Amino acid sequence: MGVKGVKVKLDELETAIGRFKGLEISIGRVVEEIPEEPIGPTPFPSIADLRDWDLKLLRRYRPFYMPFCDLCCLCTFGKCDLTQGKRGACGLDMAAQQSRIVLLACCIGAATHIGHARHLVEHLIEKYGRETPINIGEDAVEIDMPVTTLVTGVKPKTLGDLEMVLDYCEEQLTHLLSCCHTGMEGNNLDFESKVFHAGMIDQIGMEIADAAQISAYGFPRADPEAPFTEIGWGVVDTSKPVILVIGHNVPPAVEIVNYLIDHQLYGQVEVAGICCTAHDITRYNAGAKIIGPISWQLRFVRSGIPDVIVVDEQCIRTNLITEAMKIGAPFIAASEKCCHGLPDRTHDDPDAIVEDLVSGKAPGALILDPDKVGEVAVRVAMEIAPKRRKSGILPSREEVVEWAKRCRRCLECRRACPNDLPIPEALEKAAKGDLSALEALYEDCIGCVRCESACPQGIPIHSLIASAARERMASERFKIRVGRGAVQDVEIRRVGGPIVLGEIPGVVALVGCANYPRGGIEVAEIAEEFARRNYIVVATGCAAMSMAMVKDEEGQTIYEKYPGVFDAGGVLNIGSCVSNPHIAGAAIKIARIFAKRNLRANYEEIADYILNRVGAVGVAWGAMSQKAASIASGFWRLGVPVIVGPHGMKYRRMLLGRREREEDWYVYDARTGDRVYVGPAPEHLFYAAETKEEAMVMIAKLVMRPSDTTKGRAIKLTHWIDLHKRFYGRLPDDLHLYVRRKADIPITMRDEIMKFLEEKGWQERPIPDPTLLKRLIRG
Amino acid sequence: MRGESWQTAEIPGPKKAHVITDPRIVASLIKRSSRPILVVGGEADEAVVNYAIELSKAVGMPIAATPSTLKAFAERGFKDAHPFSAVEIGERLRDPDWEGLDGSGQYDLALFMGFKYYVSWLILSGLKHFAKRGEGYLTTVSLDPYYQPHASWSLPNLTRERWEENIKGLLHHLGR
Ligand code: SF4
Ligand code: SF4
Ligand code: SF4
Repeated sequence: MGVKGVKVKLDELETAIGRFKGLEISIGRVVEEIPEEPIGPTPFPSIADLRDWDLKLLRRYRPFYMPFCDLCCLCTFGKCDLTQGKRGACGLDMAAQQSRIVLLACCIGAATHIGHARHLVEHLIEKYGRETPINIGEDAVEIDMPVTTLVTGVKPKTLGDLEMVLDYCEEQLTHLLSCCHTGMEGNNLDFESKVFHAGMIDQIGMEIADAAQISAYGFPRADPEAPFTEIGWGVVDTSKPVILVIGHNVPPAVEIVNYLIDHQLYGQVEVAGICCTAHDITRYNAGAKIIGPISWQLRFVRSGIPDVIVVDEQCIRTNLITEAMKIGAPFIAASEKCCHGLPDRTHDDPDAIVEDLVSGKAPGALILDPDKVGEVAVRVAMEIAPKRRKSGILPSREEVVEWAKRCRRCLECRRACPNDLPIPEALEKAAKGDLSALEALYEDCIGCVRCESACPQGIPIHSLIASAARERMASERFKIRVGRGAVQDVEIRRVGGPIVLGEIPGVVALVGCANYPRGGIEVAEIAEEFARRNYIVVATGCAAMSMAMVKDEEGQTIYEKYPGVFDAGGVLNIGSCVSNPHIAGAAIKIARIFAKRNLRANYEEIADYILNRVGAVGVAWGAMSQKAASIASGFWRLGVPVIVGPHGMKYRRMLLGRREREEDWYVYDARTGDRVYVGPAPEHLFYAAETKEEAMVMIAKLVMRPSDTTKGRAIKLTHWIDLHKRFYGRLPDDLHLYVRRKADIPITMRDEIMKFLEEKGWQERPIPDPTLLKRLIRG
Repeated sequence: MRGESWQTAEIPGPKKAHVITDPRIVASLIKRSSRPILVVGGEADEAVVNYAIELSKAVGMPIAATPSTLKAFAERGFKDAHPFSAVEIGERLRDPDWEGLDGSGQYDLALFMGFKYYVSWLILSGLKHFAKRGEGYLTTVSLDPYYQPHASWSLPNLTRERWEENIKGLLHHLGR
């Protein structure tokens, strides 16, 4: 049964909502009964069904476009010069072109997650059967897939049920991508609405992927006490054979661990990961280890420590095979999406593959069977490790000095470096034997090696930096909780009230990649600041790793210091990129559990609830990928603002509110229907900060919501003002816009703030029951 | 003179900034402007803050400064620095109907200092394409020590010493 059929059927049901309860809804294979909850207005929404909601958001949070380039070159009419009001041959202007590029990025991101989910679900059905129940939280979680239920209206129960939800995602994605064709959408705000749709669909794709792997592999199920594992370069026992897994789709890594266990080899081989496969393999088996985020790829490979490298998909350095060849480590590609030019050995005898890889006859192999990857990787690692003896290509101290002497100070490396690192200056010192300046680049270096590509002298600059920081790297040993997955209902019950009333000042979600402007340490600092202030700090992906890679004076990481519960002062590793919907899900479940709102196919109402009441903010400090773009857009539509670091400006557009434009900040009071001014809360939907200090002040500001009680607002103001004073040295200039009643004012600052308010001519104003949706007015 | 972007891959065009070959060019742009504004970013060090204050005082030009520099301005007793982050001031300068810092309307000239290269590169691009002013567009000037192709006018890539010479020269031509 196609999705179209589903929709018609649900639409019919919708007319019956008021009169019948306990309807049984039959949707293809999904048969679900939620007697107390009728289906909402937008089951399986098509690309324009939530457009009204999007335009409401976009009227308040207007796009500010920052084109990368003056041209469009997407069809053979082009190149077209779109500078300053010019239109392309197809009629498109620059605003529409920029929003089209954002949509393309989000479609790529969503396709990546949905494709990943499809492969995973197919594999797990084959392995465990389609009747395998979806179970992400045992009895602690009532609705396993809140995003899916919110968007589509269905509640999948088995792995098999996920297929039709994926059908829906793929259909929507095809429509969205088609809108990027020449001569389709022409209005930038309509492109933006489709960007939101792509983000929402992406959230479902991710939710499916994580629900499937948690259910089938038995990852921690919403577990606040998820076990600890080790992270960092120094955690690998280099006396053992080392298998390095990189990417996001975990089955090959799982089968490596399974092979080790099944053949009583567990403990004899190190399995270490980079990027989200590392998160997910440690969720499967906490004995596996994490090297670090994506930027650790080259420095770790060049060290020679890995004996075999297994890559699956996403965020893999695309020429990693050449780096693997340099250290004599066989390279196994395990996804048809990333074949790396290797011959397909999927159907070959494992003995033959092992022989070819160990002897060096073949540098690598494409193996599209996770079980076979497991066997080949382990056998090759064990056979080749004694021969390789971890020979790497990081230069010795003396060699670093010799290389540095070849530098001609042409500055090409610095001009290629995304973080403008002072490489020539560091090399000048290194040439004289002082490697300290080179070592100092280590933290800020994202490992892209653009510097090396640019250097006319062929100096292996990144290797020089890694070599200078060798001791520091070897001492990288930290503890991280493995990804816990979802948030429990009982946790939501406990904190839903305090969050909505504002007494827990906010939920800060640190997510995304490692394209940091000044190293991962800044993410750890942000996390610590807000955990200490009793916000709830949740994290996924590379950000969750970076947070772990700092110790306090007692030698503890943030995960050891703070509990893993979803409560004030908790610090939660939620999991990999595809675990992000658990964060959205927590916000959604607050509306469901605390406020008893219906979820099923009720997207607009829940997003309105979250925007106006749930003080959550996403922070993607090192956002780099198209996936990060689509993840962010899924949060925007749901009413959760996102802050990115300065590199995030390269997504080319922000969604910014204007605090002084009073007319933008009115809502309906659901009790009376009156239009009420609520102040600019939250002020922005997508914002780039230049510095971590700016990000921290903005986080504290963006958690304010119109529905905050006076007590809650006072707490939120206390943190915002405190951070503002600490970093900026004074009260916020726009403070009066966030004080609604005298009771909002933090007692300890009363005199100072009252004086400020008097100067601004401030007057008390009402606190409504806020909504942007007219239909929700009760009075 | 052709400018060359500081970051090699940031190939600009067709519309590229004129290179400021002599600080007198900027002095005359400022003198001709009826409403200039100086925008200061998150990379501003002490020297940039000091020069910004001097420039502001020379012609009575207000400063929109990223909030992290506010302390530095306050310590120098300077009052005309208004807190706006890079993207916030960018978005406002884009909008022809923005009321300005003093409620008297938009600016016709915006000068930028103290930014990460790619941050002002992007903000200036947004302004180049979208900051309409009547029939034309906002004039922007980059005073950082590297070529910013999306500005209307930009200093070329300069050493710190040459950059200071240029800023001092500009101040001199503005009568400081
Ligand atoms: S898509 Fe439109 S703007 Fe782009 S190259 Fe083709 S005609 Fe020109
Ligand atoms: S590898 Fe490091 S130093 Fe080299 S260009 Fe990239 S970030 Fe800069
Ligand atoms: S590109 Fe090479 S030669 Fe030029 S400054 Fe950098 S390291 Fe030296």
